[in-house]
Amino acid sequence: MELLTLISAAAIAFAILMYVMLDGFDLGVGILFPFAPDDRARSTIMNSVAPIWDGNETWLILGGGGLLVLFPLAYSIALPAFYIPLFTMLLALIFRGVSFEFRHSAHTSIHIWNRAFFGGSLVAAFMQGILVGGVVQGVTVANDRFAGGVFDWFTPFTVLTGLGVVAAYTLLGATWLVMKTQGELADWARRIGVAMGGAMLILLGAISVITPAMHPEIADRWFAGLNPLYVLPVPLLAVLLAAALFYGLLSGKERLPFFCALGLFICAFAGFGISMYPNLLPPSVTIFNAIAPRSSVVFSLIGIAISMPMVLFYTVYAYSVFRGKVGTEGGYAHHD
Amino acid sequence: MSDLDPVLLARLQFAFTISFHILFPTLTIGLGGFLAWCEAQWLRTGQPVYVHLYKFWVKVFALSFGMGVVSGIVLSYEFGLNFSEFSRIAGPVVGPLIAYEVLTAFFLEAGFLGIMLFGWDKVGPKLHFLATCLVAGGTLVSAFWILSANSWMQTPAGAVFDVAAGHFVTTDWFKAIFNPSFPYRLAHMVTASYLTTSILVSGISAVYLLRGEHLAIARKGFSMGMWALMVLAPLQIVLGDAHGLEVFKYQPMKTAAIEANWDRQPGAPLILFALPDAKAEKNHLEISIPKLGSFINTHEMEGVLPGLKDVAAEDRPPVGLVFWAFRVMVGLGFCFLGIALWGVLARLRGKLHDWVWLHRASALFLPAGFVATVAGWWVAEIGRQPYTVYGLLRTKDSVSPVIDAQTIAVSLTAFLLVYGALFGAYLYYMVKLIRRGPDLPLDPGDAPEAIQGARPGLVIPAE
Repeated sequence: MELLTLISAAAIAFAILMYVMLDGFDLGVGILFPFAPDDRARSTIMNSVAPIWDGNETWLILGGGGLLVLFPLAYSIALPAFYIPLFTMLLALIFRGVSFEFRHSAHTSIHIWNRAFFGGSLVAAFMQGILVGGVVQGVTVANDRFAGGVFDWFTPFTVLTGLGVVAAYTLLGATWLVMKTQGELADWARRIGVAMGGAMLILLGAISVITPAMHPEIADRWFAGLNPLYVLPVPLLAVLLAAALFYGLLSGKERLPFFCALGLFICAFAGFGISMYPNLLPPSVTIFNAIAPRSSVVFSLIGIAISMPMVLFYTVYAYSVFRGKVGTEGGYAHHD
Repeated sequence: MSDLDPVLLARLQFAFTISFHILFPTLTIGLGGFLAWCEAQWLRTGQPVYVHLYKFWVKVFALSFGMGVVSGIVLSYEFGLNFSEFSRIAGPVVGPLIAYEVLTAFFLEAGFLGIMLFGWDKVGPKLHFLATCLVAGGTLVSAFWILSANSWMQTPAGAVFDVAAGHFVTTDWFKAIFNPSFPYRLAHMVTASYLTTSILVSGISAVYLLRGEHLAIARKGFSMGMWALMVLAPLQIVLGDAHGLEVFKYQPMKTAAIEANWDRQPGAPLILFALPDAKAEKNHLEISIPKLGSFINTHEMEGVLPGLKDVAAEDRPPVGLVFWAFRVMVGLGFCFLGIALWGVLARLRGKLHDWVWLHRASALFLPAGFVATVAGWWVAEIGRQPYTVYGLLRTKDSVSPVIDAQTIAVSLTAFLLVYGALFGAYLYYMVKLIRRGPDLPLDPGDAPEAIQGARPGLVIPAE
């Protein structure tokens, strides 16, 4: 059962990582959207994610559904604990999701859906950052049920992590546009990328210092005994990727910045995992006490093992169909 | 605010968001099949009308699919937000079924939807057709899993309650998935989706016929819709009857509520109209047909119909809503049958595209499939009360602890406002899209006929 628990945790972690990387860039382009040079650029931005955003968001359902399946205790505690940020995130995702089709159909009301796309993306990203911070700072649990207050999640630390995720998604979105667009828009995205890369590194640095300072057990995980030797590759790799990111942005590389930004996400996520393990919701809910009954875990893992290779295959296929630079045409062309 | 009942508010919120959501999968399941059919016909015959139909209806599909996705994400989290106890207790059974839905259906749909909508120039016609089929198939796979999960809540099987752990444990996944009500519910809902879509397609085509617009796709669409209706309307009545027998067997109190039958009795009447009064435990202003209630539910004139008074008041579902929702569903079902037969008659006389009153009736009933579908779900879900897992887990023991009425009330209000606004926008763009009609110019071959058939004065120039 211990092995099954670890595999289950890895499956959830994979779904969440896929989600933040994939929906991360399309939420990021949503945040950048209103600041684009002109309307033509905005249509290009929309077209660059229109065929794939839906698949990206499916990872969020898998993350939520997976938690319910594999760690039902964590799900049943986390959702009431984060009621307001989750609810707000869902509403934001609704606005953002419908704006693709509505904006395409709209004429005089197009500005409404421009704002919905931007506002939805920004709020969803910020709330996801709040959730990360909320999980790190922990949840009050009594008798296997959430026993804290409705606003426990709202602290300076979670606001900081909220801003961190907004900056990180925006960076990812900017590097996506560097890769997928050309001309003025790509140059603009490149400049934004440099600025957001800086902002993200500062916020990520601050979070990395504050977290161990607030939680001695997390500090021990990183600094006690020989641990630094094992965990050192993560920050080291992050520094290298950050250097490559800026090099790529400043030297005109088209794909390198996006993949460096994705790499930074993986490092940040690995750091989060190192700090948390084996906790799901500190201090009391761990992967070992929240794991679902064996029959449910086995049945679900079989499903994941069979379907995940297929899912990855056609996700890659869908991306490859729409590879290359995107124009204003091809996605939502204008009909009038 | 403080005297609001959090259980009722949590239920209202779930009922509202899921009733809203189900409209869109109903349409995308049906339209997925319709689009796959159109594209197959196009590949087979090469007639341009099929590609025109496809390119027009795929826009309706895209708009509706987006609404389905965003309102569905809400539901996958709402289990935990308002019903965290249900998640903890029933999660080990229901959770994996939902996970299978995500793994086998959602990714498939999402992966190929982009190609279906935007891939015309990127992939060949056969691959595009494959994408359409995979999306249409994905909607069916999705229906399979979510209806299995729902059916398990209605007729739980293959699981035991582990008292020490405080939750259900599945002992036999096959029995849990293929629980007693699942085959009936799956057949009934998938047919409802195709039926609703046939009514919508023929209804909108009828509007075009009445206005003399877009005649090429209107005629083809109306004809295809009426063919489908001819098969589906009677089929749905047969399936509904079989489903009713299953409910009678496994959920007697749901049957009692559907029939507003208070006392257990043989040869119970079919009540056509009544105002059920739960407090007085009787009906007011009852109009009924003798024996028919027993006959419908047991297929025997003297069959014994369970009565609501068989159980204590707190174990009964709300009667009035179930009773009336059922009558709305069945009443509309027979209206659809009537239109289907009318269509058959028109076709036999060679007047399918000429009978104005048939077109008017179709246009009038255009949204009625959705009403019938939602009414059917109300019967199923409200009829399951006061349980979330029938007979085993009460709704009041399923809600989240701590979450106070005020929090739920605020979020419910927000959902009402946001969904109301979104639905308004959806309808606005849908009407706009339908008014504009297909973008593609008609083929030169179609044009003279189209112009001849149009009534002067009603032709609205293309924008």
